[in-house]
Formats: sequence, structure tokens, C-alpha cells
Amino acid sequence: MTRAVVTGIGIASPNGLGPTAYWRATLHGEAAIKPITRFDSANYWAKIAGEVPGFEAGRHLQGRLLPQTDHMTRLTLVGTDWALRGAGVQPNDIPDTDIAVITAATAGGYEFGQRELQKLWHQGPEYVSAYQSFAWFYAVNTGQISIRHGTRGPGAVVVSEQAGGIDSIGHARRQLRKGVQLALTGGMDSSLCPWAWVAHQASGCLSRNNNPKRAYLPFDRDASGYVAGEGGAIMVLETPESAAERPGTRIYGEIVGYASTFDSRMPSREPGLKRAAELALRDAGMDASEIDVVFADAAGIPELDKAEAEAIKGIFGPYGVPVTAPKTMTGRLFAGGGSLDVASAILSIYWSAIPPTVNVENPVPEYEIDLVMNEARHGKVKAALVLGRGKGGFNSAMVVREYR
Amino acid sequence: MSRRAVITGVGVVAPGGIGTKAYWKLLSEGRTATRNITHFDASPYRSRMAGEADFDPVREGLTPQEIRRLDRAAQFAVVAGREAMSDSGIEFDQLDPGRIGVSLGTAVGCTTSLEREFIVGSDRGRYWEVDQSYAVPHLYDYFTPSSMATELAWTVGAEGPVSVVSTGCTSGLDSVGYAAELIMEGSADVVVTGGTEAPLSPITVVCFDVIRASSTRNDDPTTACRPFDKTRDGLVLGEGCAIIVLEELEHARARGAHIYGEIGGFASRCNAYHMTGLHPEGIEMSDAINIALKQARADATDVGYINAHGSGTKQNDLHETAAFKRSLGAHAYKTPVSGFKSMIGHSLGAIGSLEIVGSLLAFEQDLIPPTANLHEPDPECDLDYTPLVAREKKVNTVLTVGSGFGGFQSAMVLKKVEGAGR
Repeated sequence: MTRAVVTGIGIASPNGLGPTAYWRATLHGEAAIKPITRFDSANYWAKIAGEVPGFEAGRHLQGRLLPQTDHMTRLTLVGTDWALRGAGVQPNDIPDTDIAVITAATAGGYEFGQRELQKLWHQGPEYVSAYQSFAWFYAVNTGQISIRHGTRGPGAVVVSEQAGGIDSIGHARRQLRKGVQLALTGGMDSSLCPWAWVAHQASGCLSRNNNPKRAYLPFDRDASGYVAGEGGAIMVLETPESAAERPGTRIYGEIVGYASTFDSRMPSREPGLKRAAELALRDAGMDASEIDVVFADAAGIPELDKAEAEAIKGIFGPYGVPVTAPKTMTGRLFAGGGSLDVASAILSIYWSAIPPTVNVENPVPEYEIDLVMNEARHGKVKAALVLGRGKGGFNSAMVVREYR
Repeated sequence: MSRRAVITGVGVVAPGGIGTKAYWKLLSEGRTATRNITHFDASPYRSRMAGEADFDPVREGLTPQEIRRLDRAAQFAVVAGREAMSDSGIEFDQLDPGRIGVSLGTAVGCTTSLEREFIVGSDRGRYWEVDQSYAVPHLYDYFTPSSMATELAWTVGAEGPVSVVSTGCTSGLDSVGYAAELIMEGSADVVVTGGTEAPLSPITVVCFDVIRASSTRNDDPTTACRPFDKTRDGLVLGEGCAIIVLEELEHARARGAHIYGEIGGFASRCNAYHMTGLHPEGIEMSDAINIALKQARADATDVGYINAHGSGTKQNDLHETAAFKRSLGAHAYKTPVSGFKSMIGHSLGAIGSLEIVGSLLAFEQDLIPPTANLHEPDPECDLDYTPLVAREKKVNTVLTVGSGFGGFQSAMVLKKVEGAGR
């Protein structure tokens, strides 16, 4: 079976740009949830978010790209540049038809869309941007990456709310198995504008606590919802043979298992997260005992936390595996969240350390999970399980392992 | 033993009629269902026509709660999904739900509902700070289109892999291609797939207006979409939905199911050229066609019918005509081609699935639906585009293609399955 290794990681996270800065901040538990600055939040009940600071699109992208791109597309394009650079891929290294682009989306270029909707309704149809037709739709990031890097292989976009970041990588691995040499994959998301914010508030999932340290507390007895954030990760996924063509290419780790399931609407049925994890382990040909850490979905909503804890306990036994949720530092990043978790799992393996879950002080004892709190745990990490869920019933699981 | 994905059920909501029968009647008679927009006051806009579905959610059996909660596109998916389920003859509640998946295509999701809510919350765009007190409880479901996959998954009782595939105007082909991959790799035995779109609201119309991609033949809406005709002046938007039950071949055979056909091959390509423009050589579409044919173990000469993208723009017509010639060579000239958008308009992320269903029905009926409104062929488009009148022909292999913003080019090969008569 074709193997899939990660050789490049582009990260834009509220607590760090690029894998080095992100990993340093994450290992130190540096939280980046803060009062919103991107728009005036005075008239909204939710007032905090994880914003990516210090990202100046104009420093990285040609001026002509700026009027035609939403913030999330700019993050995506820059993240992709960084991933390719890290992987040492130069133009023409790989035939253009042998490169796939598979990204995840949740809401498209929403801020761009709000601006154009406002122009349409307040000023008139003739004021709407000629770029609106593609700048806001869900497929935009894949299309723009393909154009920027001249890739002419398969392209796709998957949407499964917050499970999509994992699903996109799973689908990229599928493309490698179908014969493509390299895939650019993952998700970067941003929807920090008033029109998106009322939708986030309407989801019923945001915490009403506006204290950045007390808002997003997965597995805690005070769990009250989550905090929204922006950012994510784009990865270079390729076959080991492809990586070997560029001597000296760093291989961070390998994607060895993936599965997705869906929750029934009927309460009598068991939620699908545990099944997704079991199927991903089976896909990897691995036993639960070989997993050194679980990167949890960590919804921060009591009933979902309970369901996840039961799934983890069901597979690994009580306190059977370290569980962590570095997203407590960044907030949840929607299409970008699952991808950043997979990137974190891979960095965990690469650097032999498990990043902590921050702000959680009182994990619910009945959950019986070994939550990595406050401080990173150092030591060999050979394999990790990453879990993700999306509103509406989506469950995804991915197993990553050290490359050998 | 490799697993094969076959179609055993179809359901349709389309302009011109609800249900597969009405859809086929329209296509086979070569009638058009494009008209002046009635969904909203389109008078301020450049293009004021669309293929509108006469869809009454009450008559189609949706509950008042569903009607209030679901975007029109999601309503289409539920209604077409029920028809496809029933058509397949599968007793879904007897299957292992973990082996049922859903893959739904949509290009612009719940835009119509989002725009409606935006108008209220922003007081017709007066305020950048949208008023939170006007937010409806299901606003978040409109925000992300995966909510529509959730709705379809609930309808069929799926607990296997579920997602939306959103690649602009190729979504309806790509979602079915994705579904076929799930079956072939063994992740599911049955995948309910297809595409849905109800994009007919001002913001969508404006998107195509500002780039002058849509037709301005507002005085003659029924003949406005004229693919491959030298008088063409752009696309006509549409809405609709096609849902397809895909099933693993042995699974279908074991229950003696009627099999419409097989997804023989599928491929997608990025053109790396332009977000809205097409290169006239059609290289990437041709690449996709070649790969899909190879997967299907079919030669170019096996293709008996080409279901074209046929959006009604000159650049598309030249692009795909070049691609067909590049892939099929001399055989391209002998193969009937036709475009359904001339009859039902361009329903973005749904049209690819509607075209698959129409192609499958062409198998069944040994009849190739025509390209409507093709009176004055463009001399630069020199293939056989089946003008105006359907043609009787026994076809065993169909090629269907799609092309969309973002540079996506997709091709699918549908094959008849031997020994699968009803």
C-alpha cells in the first residue's frame, strides 16, 4: 500500500506563525485567546476569540492577489508557501499533474462575502466586486493554491464542519494511493467578521464566559462551550519515494490510519466517534496499546466531552493514554482545527513531547481520562490518534506515526 | 476482487418538474424550462432569467418545521433523496448504518437563506455590525453547507462516512466520484450521493452579472441558453437537485436490484490557469477524460455519447470541444454530444449530478436528449451536438464532463452493466 509522509507544515495559529514559533508557544502553553480586535464586539455577547496576530498579507503576497482574496485565503496561500518551502519542493521538481490539492472549508470567504452583500444591498448591484463569484465560495482555496503553484493534478474541497480538517488529509492520502506523488492538504479558516459572528453565536456552541482563561474548558466541570478562532495548517503530504527524490528532505511523520463516521439522530444509537477511532486504528493495522497520545476533539460542551471521554476510555481503558487539547490555547479553528491538530500530533512525534491542555483546572473525575494539564510531557512519542467532530454529527479520526 | 460502484436509485428535483419522470420527459422532448425569474424582483439585474423548479415543499411532504428550518437546497436534497431511496428498493433500515455513507455536492450552499437573514440583520446593508438579535436559531446551519449532508444523512439513516464536496460547478460530478471511491476502497457499501443547489437569489445573480458570464436575452428566456450556437451570449442560472444511490455491485446483485449503470471511471484536474477563465486548448479536461476512460478500461471509441458541460459561454464551448477532440481523436466527430443546461439552466453544484441521472436514463431508453436552442451552429464547434431533437441510439458508455470556477475540470465515465435489466 502506498505510504503517505508529511514533509512540510505551514501553520498560521493564534499562538504562532510557522511550525517553529507555533510549537515553541504550544509546548509552553502560551494561550492566545483574547478580546476581539478585528471588529467591534461591543454589541455581541461573545467578545473573545483566537486571532492570528502579526500576519501581514501584503508582505507575503503580490498586491494583485489582495483585492481578490478573503483573509482565510491569504492565510492559506502563505501557509502553503511555507509548507512547500519547508519540504524543499522547488517548481518543476515534481510533474505538475502529479500534485493534488485537497483543502477543507466550513464557511468560505465570509468576511469578503459580508462586504459584497453590504455593497449590493446598500449601494447597488454595480458596486459588487468582480471577484465575489469565487472569493467567497467554498472551493476558493484549492483553486487559488493550484493557480499559485501551477499544480494540475486532482483538486477537491471537503466540508464536514470541524471534522473537515482531518477529512481533507484523509482524502489527500487517497489521492496518493491513486497515483499522485504529492498533495497539498489541510485547512485554514477565518470567519471573524460581524456577519459570521452572529452565526457563531447562533450555533449554541460558543461559551458565554468572556474571561479568556475560563471560557473554553474541555473536560472541565465548568465547561461552557468553546471559543472561535482562526488559522490552521497546510501540509505537504507525499510518498516516501517522492520525498527521497529530494535528498535531505525532512520527514516529520507518517499518516497511517484514517476513518470517518456519522452520528445517528436516534438517541438509542451510540455516537460514532469511538467507531471512527477503531476504524482508523484498524486502517493503520495498529493496536490501541501502540498509541502514545490522543489529540482530543475537546468540544468544551459537557455532553460532547462526556461522549468523547467514554470513547477514549472504551478504547484505551480508564486513564489508559495521555489525552491533550492544545486548541485550548487557540480556540477552535473550524476547517483549520483538525489540520492543526494533525500537525501538532506530527510535531509531537518529531520533537518527542506532548503539549499541554491549558486553563482546565477541574477535569470531571468520572471521565477517567489522563488529561495532560498545565505542562508539556517530554518523552518518546511513536504514534498519536487525532480525533475531530463536526456539528451535525461528523466524526473523524486519524492515526499518525513516526516514520521508519 | 476489486469492488465496483453501481447506481441503483435516482431522484430528481429540476426545473420543468419534480421527480425523475418529469425530468426525463423534459429532456427527451428537448423542451426548455428557463424563464424570467419569479423568486424575487430581478429587475435591477443584468440577467433576469433562470431555470426555476416549481417546488412546493408542502406537496412534497416536508413538515412545517422542515420547511422553516431548511434552506431550499436542503429541502430539494431531502425530497430527491426520498425518491432515490424508494427507487433503489433498498430497505435502508435493514442495512448496517455504519456501511451507509453520504456525499453531497453543492457550490454555494445555503446562500439564499444567508442572504435573506443578512438583509434583516444588517437592515438592508445599512450596518456593518449585523444585529445579533435578529439571528434565527438555525443560522449556523446556513453558515456551513455540511448541514445539508447532515440532513440527507438523517433522511437515509447513514452512520458511515458523510461529507459535502464543494468544488464549484463540478461539485455534482465530484461528489459522486468521491462516493464511488468510498465504495471501491471499502469504506461503505451504499453511498447516497448527488448534488443540490438553490442559488437563485440576488447575490448569486450579481456574481455572474459583474463578470458578464450570464445571458442578457431577457426578452426570450426560454431560448436564452444556447450552447454551441454562434448566437450564444452566456449562461442561464438554474436550481435543482439529483440524488443517486450508489451501491457496491455484489451488494446490489445479491438483492436482485435494478442497476442503471456503473461509475466506470472518474477524475478531476485543476487547470492552474485562472479562477474564472478557461484555456482554449482544454488540456486539463482532456487529461481528466483520459484518466477516467483508463479507469473504466474503456477506449475512446467505446464512448457512445458525450454529455457536455455546455454552459452557453463561448470560452466553454471552445474549451470542451477541444478537450473532446484531444481525448477521442477522430471518434469525437462520430459521437453525439449534448448539453442539458440549454433546457434546465446551470444549477452550479447540482448540475453535474442532474447530468449523470439524465445520462443514465439515456442508457435506459436508448435515447439521447438533445441540445436545445441550437439553430445556428458555431463553425468553430464542429462536433455533432445533437441539435433540438432527441436521437435514438443504443449506448453502452457515456462520458460526462464538468468545468468550473477555481479551474476545476472533471470527467466521469458511466458504463452499462451487463445482465442488469429491470
